Amino acid sequence: MREVAIIGVGLMKWGELWKKSFRDIFVEAALNSIDDAGVERIDSMYIGCMSGGLFTGQEHIGSIMADYLGQKHIPAARVESACASGGLAVKMGFLEVASGMSDIVLVGGVEKMTDVDGGGATAALATAADQEYEVYNGITFPGLYAMIARAHMDKYGTKREHLADVAVKNHSNGLHNPNAQFQMKISREDVLNSVMVASPLRILDCSPITDGAAAMILCDLETAKRISKKMPVRILGIGHASDTIALHNRKDLTTLNSTVKAAQDAYKMSGVKPSDIDVAEVHDCFTIAEIVASEDVGFFEKGEGGCAVSDGRTQIGGQIPINPSGGLKSKGHPVGATGVAQVIEIVEQLRGNAKERQVENAKTGLTQNMGGSGGSSIIHILKGEE
Amino acid sequence: MSVARYWREIPRRYRLEAGKCSNCGYIAFPHRLVCPECGSRKFEDYRLKDTGKIVSFTTIEVGPTEFSDQVPYNVGIIELGDEVRITAQIADADPKDIKIGGKVKLEFRKIQQDGHAGVIKYGYKAVLV
Repeated sequence: MREVAIIGVGLMKWGELWKKSFRDIFVEAALNSIDDAGVERIDSMYIGCMSGGLFTGQEHIGSIMADYLGQKHIPAARVESACASGGLAVKMGFLEVASGMSDIVLVGGVEKMTDVDGGGATAALATAADQEYEVYNGITFPGLYAMIARAHMDKYGTKREHLADVAVKNHSNGLHNPNAQFQMKISREDVLNSVMVASPLRILDCSPITDGAAAMILCDLETAKRISKKMPVRILGIGHASDTIALHNRKDLTTLNSTVKAAQDAYKMSGVKPSDIDVAEVHDCFTIAEIVASEDVGFFEKGEGGCAVSDGRTQIGGQIPINPSGGLKSKGHPVGATGVAQVIEIVEQLRGNAKERQVENAKTGLTQNMGGSGGSSIIHILKGEE
Repeated sequence: MSVARYWREIPRRYRLEAGKCSNCGYIAFPHRLVCPECGSRKFEDYRLKDTGKIVSFTTIEVGPTEFSDQVPYNVGIIELGDEVRITAQIADADPKDIKIGGKVKLEFRKIQQDGHAGVIKYGYKAVLV
């Protein structure tokens, strides 16, 4: 296998982008990544998208995006793993380059979620759960994570305030991210007094509905060293695992087995351990998810994740800064784009390009992207190439 | 929901019909073609126990369109007597009375309906005992 590096990244301002179409937002991010990398051609393309069909009526996404990006006849494929579709696209791009099938690959993620109303978006997102045996009985995604939260509180004594502090931290980080959907400071009281969605989770525990796209350019490390004007970032390790998509089929609701397994594989492949990670982006679709994921990737012992947030161990300047981008919570969660944007934040951090949200001396970073209530997880470990 | 999609799940939803692995005893609900524990493809018919305890729960305040007329309603993960876990509404209960570990039994109830002229859907809900 060839070594693979990221040589260009492209984002755009995320939000409720009523004036922009599904294809426009993807092409905007993709062009930004092409400009950032300074490449003149793309050999192939992978796009993470959870449900273009349900959100916009559009499938056959690889080809329409390649066409509107002006890349005639290149192989282009859309990949899907619910909210981990973006992370999956990164993995597929890695394999494409590592195997020698292509030299320069564009990896993108996109979701246009506001062309349907709230009910439509909820129904589309619910397809990531077991339709016949979870959704049929009235459960929602906030409800699934609420049950994880309650189990975690019951087993480990995690407090309602710990959950709130995840949202407070991530919104504080997001203030410094110009692409974030919600650049607003919130307090613990704001979270605790916000509208209840599925007890014990309130609206400020939830990531929002977002239109957005993200893209980056991958190539083999040798080419990267030759053509890249910026510091190439190497993909050192990847872990990718699945689990039951029905939450109730898991023996322990407080552990995301797919994240545990993916993390083990990513650490093994990269030869690094949790204590070597300087900065991480984890999948905080709900506040409890960040707490559980921070334990399951090995940053904290089981049950310590809540205290770790409230003690400031995960803020910028803390023991292991988590979600300096603002996370899904503040930045927004266009589901297919999220996994790609997480990797982009780590690239910016390793390049030393994250401005007010820069983590000092960040050399090695990790991303954890998750589908559904943990039915899939994809972990990437990245390192700047000096 | 199409009638066929609804109809084919009736044995599970109305009668709690499951499969029990002939090799290792794993209980599959819904039925499966291959046992996730031992790989066996032989199953015997098995009917789930209809009593159990609450593993975790929530009260849904913002529901999907099909359930918007029912909010707020309680949903839990229930571990039945044979250790099979399911997701079900916890009906007729004040959220204050619901506890992890609390005992429940399953009842046959209406779950949702497709508008005024569509399929009326039934299945199991848990009630506190």
